[in-house]
Amino acid sequence: MLKLAGVKTYYGNIQALKGIDIEISQGEIITLIGANGAGKSTTLMSICGIVPPRSGSITFEGRPIHDMKPNDIVRLGICQVPEGRRIFPFLTVIENLDMGSFLRNDKADVKRDLDYVLTLFPILAERRNQAGGTLSGGEQQMLAISRALMARPRLLLLDEPSLGLAPLVVRQIFAIIRKINQEQKTTIFLVEQNANLALKAAHRGYVMENGRITLADLTVNLLANEAVRKAYLGI
Amino acid sequence: MEYFIELFFSGLTRGSIYALIALGYTMVYGIIQLINFAHGEIYMIGAFTALIVTGVLTYYGWPHLAIILIAAVLAIFYSAAYGWTMERIAYKPLRDAPRLSALISAIGASLFLQNYVLLAQTSDFLPFPSLISDFAFLDPVSNLFGTTDFLIYTTTGVVMALLTFLIKFTRVGKAMRATAQDRHMAMLVGIDVNRIISITFIIGSATAAIGGVLIASHVGQINFFIGFIAGIKAFVAAVLGGIGSLPGAVLGSLVLGWTEAFFTGYVSSDYEDVCAFVILVIILIFRPSGLLGRSGVQKV
Repeated sequence: MLKLAGVKTYYGNIQALKGIDIEISQGEIITLIGANGAGKSTTLMSICGIVPPRSGSITFEGRPIHDMKPNDIVRLGICQVPEGRRIFPFLTVIENLDMGSFLRNDKADVKRDLDYVLTLFPILAERRNQAGGTLSGGEQQMLAISRALMARPRLLLLDEPSLGLAPLVVRQIFAIIRKINQEQKTTIFLVEQNANLALKAAHRGYVMENGRITLADLTVNLLANEAVRKAYLGI
Repeated sequence: MEYFIELFFSGLTRGSIYALIALGYTMVYGIIQLINFAHGEIYMIGAFTALIVTGVLTYYGWPHLAIILIAAVLAIFYSAAYGWTMERIAYKPLRDAPRLSALISAIGASLFLQNYVLLAQTSDFLPFPSLISDFAFLDPVSNLFGTTDFLIYTTTGVVMALLTFLIKFTRVGKAMRATAQDRHMAMLVGIDVNRIISITFIIGSATAAIGGVLIASHVGQINFFIGFIAGIKAFVAAVLGGIGSLPGAVLGSLVLGWTEAFFTGYVSSDYEDVCAFVILVIILIFRPSGLLGRSGVQKV
């Protein structure tokens, strides 16, 4: 479904991605784990066209997308929930969700999807007319995921959804992520620092170090891998 | 008391014109954090376009009402085209550059447009024909304000109402707010941010042009320099109200307009222009975020 081949991305003169290859198939949950500054978020920003790669190719369903504009990439069905949630702070909860469906014109379906996300996260229905910036961290994460779902993505990119949240909320968010994958058949690419959590939720995983992919395997194997256990799971 | 009321209305007229210009300042600032110093020139170009169109149509003997309407519409379109082009040439290439670069580019654009009009026209004040005959129903209050004042109040009110509706309820307006609050996130939900920025410049320039046409027919003369001082004062008004906030721009403009009117009326008209800058200094010392501005958003 999505294929990155030899992707190299730079911030000015600083190379953040040093030629990475990732392949994601329809219906999977794939995770990318690694330490701070390994290049995980940059990978997502490259896929979305915010920081386009300088060389290498990114193809989505066989179509090259690495030189497309961000809004055209969203139109193809790739949506990102960025790190730190990035809720529009002065828009209400409902307006934030409206922004998620910005490119859609099928009013009736949008309404149905709105009802769907509000049943996934009933707290958002309660807070519908509150400004996004006034929500708690967990509520903002729920809103960020819902906003992405409103675009009806086929590939959902999640950047550190567990960041700064209470363990109970994290568990709830991850349950929803699996549910979206099963019910909506949405393919999910999950970037996480919390390797333990991510490897348990996903089918396959990639390990990233200093802008390179160092390991790629089924998550069961990664969980058993001595090096991974030592470096990321602290066992 | 009657003198007070007179000054009140003259301040309202000034304030309304400042508001039409300040709206563009504040919208552009809200969306790309740029003080568009060339914005006052767009207002001046609006006035000149109207002057040229009225000149031509008067020569061909068109009816007054038609002339003023066509002149206003063409001034709006022409200024909007200038605003759009200016953004493309002077600001878009500097989108990711440090903010100071864009600011210098703005000052350059302002000087360029002033001198371009200076060369194309003259440095003299040119008379702007008064085409609007007095409304009979305003006779009872004609000692307080005239017909052009009345037009200025109503037009400003209508423009404000339309803009508020646009920003609050339409798809484009929501996209503008989203872009202003977080440009990268706006891209991630699929908003074509460059298009939204262009639209902002077009709307801001169009409202400034309306101000230009109104002030030209109110004062009765224009030259290439009118945009500079009006632009600076509208900028002060926008900062006073809280730059980035639409109601703030209007409130700041009215406060500035009244301060100037009462100061010139009761104290001295020699120091009229000083008023605005004294206000600017006071605001920057005591309330840098302005009357209705929000202090910086904490991004987590």
